[in-house]
Amino acid sequence: MSVVVETGRPADEIPYSERGPAPLENVVAFGFWLFLLSDVVLFSGLFAAYAVLADRTAGGPDGLKLFDRGSVLLETACLLFSSFTVGLCALAIERRSPAATYLWAAVTFALGAAFLGLEVKEFLRMIDAGAAPTRSAFLSAFFTLVGTHGLHVTLGLAWLVAMMAQVVTLGFLPIVVRRLLCFILFWHALDIVWIGVFTIVYLGAR
Amino acid sequence: MLGKLTWDAIPFDQPIPLLTSLIVIVGLAAVALYTLWRGWWPYLWRDWIVTVDHKRLGIMYALLAMVMLVRGFIDALMMRSQQALAAGGNQGYLPPEHYDQIFSAHGTIMIFFVAMPFVIGLMNFVVPLQLGVRDVAFPVLNSVSFWLTASGALLVNVSLFVGEFARTGWLVYPPLSELEFSPGVGVDYYLWALQISGAGTLMTGINFTTTILKLRARGMGYGRMPMFCWTALASNLLIVAAFPILTATFALLLLDRYLGFHFFTTDGGGNAMMFVNLIWAWGHPEVYILVLPAFGIFSEVTATFSSKPLFGYRSMAAATLAICILSMLVWLHHFFTMGASANVNAFFGIMSIVIAVPTGVKVFNWLFTMYGGRIRFTAPLLWVLGFICTFVIGGMTGVLLAIPPADFVLHNSLFLVAHFHNVIIGGVLFGLFAGYMYWFPKAFGFTLHDGLGKAAFWCWLIGFYLAFMPLYWLGLMGATRRMQHYAETEWQPMMFLAMAGALVILLGIALIFVQLFVSIRDRDRRRDRTGDPWNGRTLEWSIASPPPAWNFSTLPQVEGTDAYWQMKQAGRATAHRPPYEAIHLPRNSSVGVSIAFFSSIGGFALVWHIWWLAVICFVGVLVAALAHGWIIDREVEIPASEVAAFERARQAGSAS
Repeated sequence: MSVVVETGRPADEIPYSERGPAPLENVVAFGFWLFLLSDVVLFSGLFAAYAVLADRTAGGPDGLKLFDRGSVLLETACLLFSSFTVGLCALAIERRSPAATYLWAAVTFALGAAFLGLEVKEFLRMIDAGAAPTRSAFLSAFFTLVGTHGLHVTLGLAWLVAMMAQVVTLGFLPIVVRRLLCFILFWHALDIVWIGVFTIVYLGAR
Repeated sequence: MLGKLTWDAIPFDQPIPLLTSLIVIVGLAAVALYTLWRGWWPYLWRDWIVTVDHKRLGIMYALLAMVMLVRGFIDALMMRSQQALAAGGNQGYLPPEHYDQIFSAHGTIMIFFVAMPFVIGLMNFVVPLQLGVRDVAFPVLNSVSFWLTASGALLVNVSLFVGEFARTGWLVYPPLSELEFSPGVGVDYYLWALQISGAGTLMTGINFTTTILKLRARGMGYGRMPMFCWTALASNLLIVAAFPILTATFALLLLDRYLGFHFFTTDGGGNAMMFVNLIWAWGHPEVYILVLPAFGIFSEVTATFSSKPLFGYRSMAAATLAICILSMLVWLHHFFTMGASANVNAFFGIMSIVIAVPTGVKVFNWLFTMYGGRIRFTAPLLWVLGFICTFVIGGMTGVLLAIPPADFVLHNSLFLVAHFHNVIIGGVLFGLFAGYMYWFPKAFGFTLHDGLGKAAFWCWLIGFYLAFMPLYWLGLMGATRRMQHYAETEWQPMMFLAMAGALVILLGIALIFVQLFVSIRDRDRRRDRTGDPWNGRTLEWSIASPPPAWNFSTLPQVEGTDAYWQMKQAGRATAHRPPYEAIHLPRNSSVGVSIAFFSSIGGFALVWHIWWLAVICFVGVLVAALAHGWIIDREVEIPASEVAAFERARQAGSAS
């Protein structure tokens, strides 16, 4: 209102950049997008390292020999489907429905945990077969890139549990809803990174 | 139980680090006890340690930088004196393993714990005030950032007393930094200290990018932002883009050292040059993370003391963003000798030379700002003038080094050392001192002694030329960097000259502290009640000095660039119209200092392989963060009556 008085212009003619501080939810979401961007930069460093070292097997096994693409496809399916269920969770949050929020959060958690379980199983199988990260530069880069993604999924699961505890104890306060939306962005971002991993690491193995 | 930590870690046989550490420990204990005796701890805790006020955090960043400047400069004096002595048959007084730690610590401290916190401190203090808002986007995160930076600085200093520091140079190139060749804890101190402070810096980058893009006063479109905010934006964008690379690179080296991975090792297929590529993909943007805000300070100071608007505002903003982008495309010029093809080297050489174009635009803009202006030769402006002359020389030697064939000759020589000190001292540090002397009265409500500031400037300027021009010369004669000893006695006179220059700079540093001391002593005489001692142009000068916790009693409406100047011209300067409204401010939070507490101990535990302690500290960080998540009452309300009373008192004060 006061804007109209002081500038003599109707509010909708003022450029967005001159309308003053943005509302809190926009500020938080924007900051979180920037964090995701920085996380993607971190992964790009790991991708670069993997690309440089992919054929440095030092006489050890290469990816083609080690990867079980069937298992990885199942992992991928779990993670991508969990993005769908976390989307349903977002809709439940929008309706402020605790029951549906818990349900879809639980399904998301289960799918994420299944993804992690499959990944750990793959890691253990490789280490058993003498393909530990200390074997060669290729395996160092592989375990670091895929493992960092797995670490992100682990942190995501812990965050999801913490958020559900927040919904239980605090309800859908604005601050809790903002955090839930940040979590959902984070979970989708992990999918995008995984698509890069799947394509470059597993499909790219020659 | 204590991992690798034994009594051997304390340097009982090395008097220099032992005595220094004891003096520092006794000094810190004395300060802590004195504070306790005077009953200041509650004040210190409430108003500083747990504060989320961007102004106080900015002041603490600057203080940290000043303390670490002294630490880093002592290293510099030791290097210069060693090189002045250790020629021909004389081995000097520093054995190689100690000398190597000194030059590594000097670079690490000066970049990460002097330049960075000083730049970030000034951004903290100034940016929200220039934008006309009450705080940054994420005030609590801001406190976490500061304390993580302090935690990293603490770890570096602990390495002086417990164990050792890296002997690898300030960027820990492998394979030397690998476990095989550096089995001690020095590299681990370096890596954990910088991982912790780097996390803090990344959070700062996110915080300030969000603040500048999302929180500006009404009417302040992008084309009306003060130039310092433009450069801060570019700098923080670079932090977001570059610091994750640093984190990733150090993580890979840590995996090599702790778990036997093969990223950069000489065996197992590792590739050490990948480290060098990755580290400079962060390292070159880092140069501009530091110098762009300094360019912003020069712009503000030049405009204010020329009593003119900044010449070529749009070209200045465009040049800033051009440098921001180009800085990501030149990293390979740090190692032309890697053996990349001539075409690759030519590309990076040309890109490096291209950066001189937007930088040249800036230099001409500053000159044209002064041209025809009503110039006041105060201490802040002297730093600008010294910068323009010095930085142009540093820029030209930079262009010379950017030519691959010339670089093959000059690589790793003292010519290079002279070049980057030329741009970092002449560019970044002069800018920081200009900003410090320019904004000090805003922060504390009294001005700094101008004469002593000018004396400090002349010492720094003359000392810089004395110390580094000989190094250019020596570099051309073939002297390499990081020499603990050299055979050619004909280099010695130049080394003496450089040593003399370092002593003149020492005088400059001393004068900065004398200036601070004298000004605090005379603060009642030097009080500035107007809030605008320089006849300033931007919004920070429109409010009281020091500003109240809420910065702006009524949020300003901006009509153009140089918002406050326009208000003064239009007679609206004092138009803080009542009625005032209640103001909501973020509540203090101890989460920052808690996380840093656990990070410091956890970092120490990781350095010494004390795994149980590291696990406890990791849990501690998680608990501190989670507990913070359940605090939902996060604001305090300042009643309208208090705001009104403050403004009434201020008007009465400035009238008297």
